[in-house]
Amino acid sequence: MKEIDELNLPGDIYYSKEHEWAAKEGDIIRIGISDYAQDQLGDIVFVELPETGSSFERDEEFGTLESVKAVSEIYLPVSGEIVAVNSELEDAPELLNEDPYANWIVEVRPTDIDQYDELLSKDDYVAMLKG
Amino acid sequence: MRYLPHTEEEIGEMLAATGRRSLDDLFAHLPDDVRYEGDIDIPGPLSEWELTDHLQDLGQSMFTGSSRAVLIGAGSYDHHQPEIVRSLSGRAEFLTSYTPYQPEMAQGTLQGIFEFQTLTARLLGTEVANASMYDGASALAEALLMTLRIGKKKRTVAISSAVHPHYREVVRTYLAPGPFEIVELSLGEDGRTNLSGLDEIDDLAGVALQSPNFFGVIEDHAAGAELVHGLGALYVACFSEPLSFGLFKSPGSVGADIVCGEGQSFGMKQSFGGAGLGMFGCKQQFVRSMPGRVVGQTVDMEGKRGFVLTLSTREQHIRREKATSNICSNQGLCAMTAAIQMATLGRTGLRQLAKLNYDKAAYLRKGLLAAGARPLFSGPVFNEFAVIFADDFEPARERLLGKGIVAGLPLAPFYPDVGNAFLFCATETVSKTIIDEVLEEVRR
Amino acid sequence: MTHGPGTNGLILEEPLLWEKGKPGRMAYSMPPSDVPEETVDEELLGEGPDFPDLGELDVVRHYTRLSQWNFGIDTGMYPLGSCTMKYNPKINEKMAATPGLASAHPLLEPEFSQGILKLHYELQEYLARITGMDAVSLQPSAGAQGELTAMLMFAAYFRKKNEKRTKILIPDTAHGTNPASAALCGFTSIPLASGEKGILDPAAVKELMDDETVGIMVTNPNTLGLFEEHIREITDIVHERGGLVYGDGANMNAIMGIVDIKRCGIDAVHLNLHKTFSTPHGGGGPGSGPICVTAELAPYLPVPRVAASDNGYILETESEDSIGRVHGFFGNVSVLIRAYSYILSMGPANLKKASQLAVLNGAYVKARLLDTFALAYDRPCMHECVFSDARQQPFKVTTLDMAKRLIDHGYHPPTIYFPLVVSGAIMVEPTETECKDDLDTFIEVCKTIAQEATKEGERLREAPSITKVRRLDETQAARKPCLTG
Repeated sequence: MKEIDELNLPGDIYYSKEHEWAAKEGDIIRIGISDYAQDQLGDIVFVELPETGSSFERDEEFGTLESVKAVSEIYLPVSGEIVAVNSELEDAPELLNEDPYANWIVEVRPTDIDQYDELLSKDDYVAMLKG
Repeated sequence: MRYLPHTEEEIGEMLAATGRRSLDDLFAHLPDDVRYEGDIDIPGPLSEWELTDHLQDLGQSMFTGSSRAVLIGAGSYDHHQPEIVRSLSGRAEFLTSYTPYQPEMAQGTLQGIFEFQTLTARLLGTEVANASMYDGASALAEALLMTLRIGKKKRTVAISSAVHPHYREVVRTYLAPGPFEIVELSLGEDGRTNLSGLDEIDDLAGVALQSPNFFGVIEDHAAGAELVHGLGALYVACFSEPLSFGLFKSPGSVGADIVCGEGQSFGMKQSFGGAGLGMFGCKQQFVRSMPGRVVGQTVDMEGKRGFVLTLSTREQHIRREKATSNICSNQGLCAMTAAIQMATLGRTGLRQLAKLNYDKAAYLRKGLLAAGARPLFSGPVFNEFAVIFADDFEPARERLLGKGIVAGLPLAPFYPDVGNAFLFCATETVSKTIIDEVLEEVRR
Repeated sequence: MTHGPGTNGLILEEPLLWEKGKPGRMAYSMPPSDVPEETVDEELLGEGPDFPDLGELDVVRHYTRLSQWNFGIDTGMYPLGSCTMKYNPKINEKMAATPGLASAHPLLEPEFSQGILKLHYELQEYLARITGMDAVSLQPSAGAQGELTAMLMFAAYFRKKNEKRTKILIPDTAHGTNPASAALCGFTSIPLASGEKGILDPAAVKELMDDETVGIMVTNPNTLGLFEEHIREITDIVHERGGLVYGDGANMNAIMGIVDIKRCGIDAVHLNLHKTFSTPHGGGGPGSGPICVTAELAPYLPVPRVAASDNGYILETESEDSIGRVHGFFGNVSVLIRAYSYILSMGPANLKKASQLAVLNGAYVKARLLDTFALAYDRPCMHECVFSDARQQPFKVTTLDMAKRLIDHGYHPPTIYFPLVVSGAIMVEPTETECKDDLDTFIEVCKTIAQEATKEGERLREAPSITKVRRLDETQAARKPCLTG
């Protein structure tokens, strides 16, 4: 597993305590998992995605990631409606290991955009990881 | 005691290494108020010879210790067990190994189960099959739970009243604590399940029919699956006699979503109903909702073909309370036995054996009808069937018992309104001589 | 440097069944037909499954070769923690095949089945006496189904009392089957953390146990191999709040004739006949998971139940409060015959001795490996002990690597990465049927491997090297599942 200073953590996006990342693209927010999350999970073998059009509250589970011997829930960092899912992941879950930032998981239309600003910056996230 | 290898001297040395004074001292930290008081009040020890005599006595006190034929199936079938099936499935390397958690030293079990899954899927006409369930009854209960899982908010399942009565009881037991409803479906005059009225159920998750059903009648799975799919529900095809698929169309090939049942017919002794084998297959699209273990093919670090337990994230040891089932140990050796039996028969042998069963039962059925019995149902059958006797059949049945033949199972205890009906079964083990003897007593 | 019995052998390749054979061959002794041919309705007729046609020797070689790729208890030491891989006596196989019993049809009237019913009844009695409980059902097919049976009974018990209880306390050391079985009954699992000594803290139970909680599921000895010393206090707390206590008897092998389950305050316990009572694991079953309960819960047991009467043994099929059937017939009877044979072969004194020696073997391995592996909890252990890879981690050698290296030495690895509360857990259960000489060799091999970890880590990370296949790609197996050929 990677040491914290080996992690790829872009500075222009936000992070959640549950290790998702969020990036604003116009009026929608893209969600994925951080390099830390994919590294901890190891080889991801299956991604369970939500249905487009479904809505979730902030911190609600919206899908799962499976490695060979573990299942991890993924939580939505902001409340909102799922407007798109990255269906490429259904056949190629390994994309999340290869590049967790180029390969987003869902796109959300947020119900409260202020929640986005309440997420962790890169520095806050690194500080949290260092505990 | 020959299973306990420790000498007194070794016990002394080992206690010394652990810093304990005596065997009792190993338990010194256990509280007094939970200790076992006195000696266990059970008999023994028996020597190998005494034990063998005792079990032989028990065996001889059974009707089956000296019987000539038991013309009953009803979920437990008397088939010849080939000697190679007995001797190969009894090999110690299969018998004394655990669930294959360490694939490098369990490739025998793993390839054997992969082959079982493949042969089972081909037999049932499904795309995938699991590594086994406990028995036909719990396999059906798990199948219906699976339809409820896939159906998400749906709460109702329908089940034919011609599904084995015990299977239906197990389904009721498994579904009892949940918020579910079970609807039982009636039968038509041909003994096939009446599916009208299903469209009035608005939260229908799954519908289960058995074929051959408890009365031996072959159900029309193709029509059933089409109708049930039209209602947005899943179609479950259950069975207790898989040998029939050697002759008839497989349930999966005509549209069943889940096919499950009992595999005892494939090489297992009847043993008073267990250990048998739950067989379970389904369409590929539902594989992640499927209960039970599965083996998958992969490669090792040198690129060589090998097999591992896979899709484990569905299972209890990883997903715990969110698992697709609580099943852990299943019927591994029984699955291996069934695979050996399927390999022993092959396509050619399975076909011949199925046809032989069909012919034997047809001969018995024709003879009984000629002797005055009438069929309970008019539908086509495989190796068992139900008839009603106009007169009291008991005297003839008693006379046959005296000759070591059990002639049919009275159906009234299972279906109080069928009257003087009996369920007969004739497999390849029943000779024409026996059948003729039965017919002669019935005609008397 | 000690090496175990592992060496290279003559391992033969063998293709998949359908990669061999020729249409028209058959390994089955087909009886000639003595009845007329009957026509079959064309509508119903299928083509028959695409099975390969093989000759008898094809089948014999196929499965003989497969068996040689397997490792069983008869092959060598199998210290798989929590699984109790003790010797499976040969005589039990013969007993299960006794004519009359093996050919018994389950639906014959009881008067024709007295022998097997007697065996069934006596085994119920023996298991009641061994556990101290009042009533037993032999119907559950495996431990997990025994657990489910008990949870269904608990649910029925509270339904009858008109109490709505929806939560159940499950320790973090529990087998995964516990929460999965509880969930099938609609109970929400409330995780209960083990105390710092590796055993349950009554205060923690007291805090969580309320009137909406069904009770608790306790494994004792627990999966750390430690006896739950506060068991009586814990069961009292649960009973005071009207709850019930479930005992997971997976580790009964450590306490036969030593601990009385009923005196512990346990209301229902399942036994794994394929662990404690020596029946073979068969590469994953068939097992058997009888459920033993107090008199208060007896009415809820599955039906049919085998009872004794003046006219011999009978089947009780009706019982108002019963949860119903959990098996199509009477459970895995052929497994029950083996367990019955084991109990009679052992007798009362040897059963107790077996538990004592199981604990002696566990304690001996623990004592001798203390300076080799980090011990998870330094407390008196029962029949198994749990180490971790904490001392090997600095060398980038993991539990998995050491486990795989044990294979090269001719041992089945211990249970690894369980219980989950110990990071990198190595759970060793030698069982009482292993002799001191073999334990000593195993211990020396473990020390050798720990030595290798410090200097030759690569050798461990690439192990095993002498098996038919090397480490397998489980990621590929899960990403692109290939479940049939």
